[in-house]
Amino acid sequence: MNGSDIIFYLLAALTLVCAVLSVSTRQIFRAAIYLLFTLIGIAGIYFWLDYQFIAAVQIVVYVGGIVVLIIFSIFLTQQAGEKLPKQKIGRKIFSALAVFCGFGLTMLQVYQHDFIETENEAITTNVADIGRKMLSTNAEGYALPFEVVSMLLLAAMIGCIVIALKSKPETK
Amino acid sequence: MNLGLQIALIPLLPLAGFVLLGLFGRKYLKKSSGIIGTILLLASTVLALYTAYEYFFVYGKVAGAYQKFVPLSYTWLEFSKGVSIDMGILLDPISVMMLVVVTFVSLMVHIYSLGYMKGEERFPTYYSFLGLFTFSMLGLVISSNLFQIYIFWELVGVSSFLLIGYYYNKPSAVAACKKAFIVTRFADLGFLIGILILSYSSGTLDFNTLISTLTSSGTGQAKAVASTFLGASAVTWGAALVFIGGAGKSAMFPLHIWLPDAMEGPTPVSALIHAATMVVAGVFLVARLFPVFSITTPGVLEIVGWVGAISAIIAAIIACTQTDIKRVLAYSTMSQIGFMMFALGVSKYGGEAGLGYTASMFHLFTHAMFKALLFLGAGAVIHYIHSNEMKDMGGLRKYLPITHITFLIACLAIAGVPPFAGFFSKEEILLAAYHNNPAIYWIALFTSGLTAFYMFRLYFSIFWNKEHHPHGEKQSEGGFSMMIPLILLAIGAAAAGFIPFGKYVSTDGTVLESHFDLQFSALPVAVGLAGIFIAMWLYRKESERPGKLTASIYSIYKTAYNKFYIDEIYTFITKKIIFNLIGKPAAWFDKNVVDGLVNLTGKATAEVSEDIKKVQSGKVQQYAIYFLVGVIGLAVLFIYIWK
Amino acid sequence: MMQPGLYHLLFISAALFFIGIYGFFTRRNLITMLMSIELILNSVNLNFIAFNKYLWPHKMDGLFFTVFIIAIAAAEAAVAIAIIINLYRSHNSIDVENAEELKY
Repeated sequence: MNGSDIIFYLLAALTLVCAVLSVSTRQIFRAAIYLLFTLIGIAGIYFWLDYQFIAAVQIVVYVGGIVVLIIFSIFLTQQAGEKLPKQKIGRKIFSALAVFCGFGLTMLQVYQHDFIETENEAITTNVADIGRKMLSTNAEGYALPFEVVSMLLLAAMIGCIVIALKSKPETK
Repeated sequence: MNLGLQIALIPLLPLAGFVLLGLFGRKYLKKSSGIIGTILLLASTVLALYTAYEYFFVYGKVAGAYQKFVPLSYTWLEFSKGVSIDMGILLDPISVMMLVVVTFVSLMVHIYSLGYMKGEERFPTYYSFLGLFTFSMLGLVISSNLFQIYIFWELVGVSSFLLIGYYYNKPSAVAACKKAFIVTRFADLGFLIGILILSYSSGTLDFNTLISTLTSSGTGQAKAVASTFLGASAVTWGAALVFIGGAGKSAMFPLHIWLPDAMEGPTPVSALIHAATMVVAGVFLVARLFPVFSITTPGVLEIVGWVGAISAIIAAIIACTQTDIKRVLAYSTMSQIGFMMFALGVSKYGGEAGLGYTASMFHLFTHAMFKALLFLGAGAVIHYIHSNEMKDMGGLRKYLPITHITFLIACLAIAGVPPFAGFFSKEEILLAAYHNNPAIYWIALFTSGLTAFYMFRLYFSIFWNKEHHPHGEKQSEGGFSMMIPLILLAIGAAAAGFIPFGKYVSTDGTVLESHFDLQFSALPVAVGLAGIFIAMWLYRKESERPGKLTASIYSIYKTAYNKFYIDEIYTFITKKIIFNLIGKPAAWFDKNVVDGLVNLTGKATAEVSEDIKKVQSGKVQQYAIYFLVGVIGLAVLFIYIWK
Repeated sequence: MMQPGLYHLLFISAALFFIGIYGFFTRRNLITMLMSIELILNSVNLNFIAFNKYLWPHKMDGLFFTVFIIAIAAAEAAVAIAIIINLYRSHNSIDVENAEELKY
């Protein structure tokens, strides 16, 4: 049990506890903040796994982007200090049951399966490598998905604008 | 002799007329449709006459007999090797004769209709139907195999249906066309089964092969005769069923009930279809298969003879009592076709014994002339008077001179007075009957007396007797277009008897010399003249005599006037027996069991969907829960149960 | 406690996934449901990364999948929020129970 392990367990605990709190708290703003910590915990795990780039992206996009977006929308749609409506207890129990069953089943399968850990040498994953690979057009490259995703983002942007556009009052 | 294309054109020209007038007539050819139809048919007639000339005089005989040959044949549907439905042309003396008869009468009717149907709303439609009918009839007579003849047979039925129902806003015409169609259709069922039996037992549909297989003793015939059903051989059944089809089309007793009602159609149509062409299709069919009937199944031929004789006399008796002139002519037609049928029935195959066959075809030929003439003359009268009833007529000879003369010629011809056409053909028929079946001969003799009587009853009632119709304005007799066919047909009716028919048409194609025996002819002619004089005595002047006569034999008169209640018997059988015993249970079954099942299915579906539609609640989270449960369920299923 | 490895990461990932699902089922507010969806997406990312790290360290496929998923998740969140705002305008509420017109 060295320091690295302790850090991992701490990060895991942070992530899971915050996730549970995020879905169970009745104050929506707090839920957003717990989500923020969960995402940060996951970013920490990425760091722990030595994938700095992904961790950075996680923080930039999720923490810096999505959570801020969610908080803004909360401000737009919610009266401050108002508690979230209660869900029916029957629904809660049933959901919990279904979720536990699913989780149990999944973990059972995971533990029954023998993953063959590879002996191959790990390659470095610095930003330069990732960038080169992402834009290369050869067999190993990811130029096509990259372009597709950029198109998707553009479409999403236009879609958002159109959806959220206030329909003009028909004056004429 | 390459006649294939030329003969194919004979039926195809009227078909072209049908298509042209049917598609464009009402819009573009309103005025000219009659002329177009007539010209096309004129071309057909010329081709038919030319074909007859080529066939009889240029091609001539081989080994002393006219040959059957197939100038055109096209395999259309092949079922198995040897059994196929062909579209072909079969030329032999009777088909050539029928070509001439059909095209000639049809041409006359076309010309006549130019005047008769003038101003009709559906004039182009009328001509297109005439074209369709002519096409079907011509196709029928030149058919080279049984199935082709069946196809055209049905086409003839359809076009007859269309033409009878031409005045479709008249309920009686609609009822008549339905009746004609259903009755003949019913008979055609027999025909179809007969075709199937004959073709199955002979292994072919082609006339020539079929006849040679079934008539010459060999394995084919042995097989066909060997398989029996209810005590009769397969080929007997086949022939009998084919004859039922022919009897339906030819209005033989007891399937004749449609013919009198069919007079609801326009009069020229009656002349064409219900006098000269379609109704003789049954005779033609029996004649076409005559070798099979006479050699292989003489028993069926005997039935043919008796059915013909019974039809002839029953129709003649009924004709004496009817007052609607077209109905009189309709029963007369039925009676004359009865003559043709029993002439076939008393005939044998080959040589002198085949006289009946020749006589039948001869009578068919002359009958087409004078009966078409009678109908067209009656049409002229109706056109003038605007009524079908005899009591509205009388004394018309001054107003309709040409019609009067031509009608008289036709009456003399049908009564069998020499030297008109009917005399020759009828004498031959009677002679054939005399030699082969005396019982039928006496019936026929009596019938021919009746024929003379009712025809002259008609003649005197129309043209003599007392004038009933107040002739206010001076009407013309009808234009050239109506008179020319009358005159041409009158010439035919007067002179057709002098054609030495036996030279051309006989059972085996050899020459059959017609010989007239003065001693033999004396009796039928005397009977005919007696009928004429009785009619003259009764109807020439208005008198009390007909009334007294009917009163004295009232019950017989009443029965005959009501057509021996045959229609009523049919109604009784269909309404009381078939409807009650079969129709009602079937209706009950349909209403309660079949509909019940359908309704139950519908109701159950509605109930179940009413319940399960609540699943579609619109709540996203519920859907998600169903989804997750489903996924877990499937995962369990695939991982643990179906390994 | 043992050395953290693939199984630990998979445990975290699965747990996150089902927590997200639980949230999706029980929350009535659309924004909190969206947060649950973000949790689910993150659990998938974590899975990809874990497999890439422990089973195919010589490749970068899992890494790229994660990057693309993050991009798509961003787009999805943006669209979802646009829809939520629109819904709020028309219904004056973002309670999912109130948005159930799309039924039989």
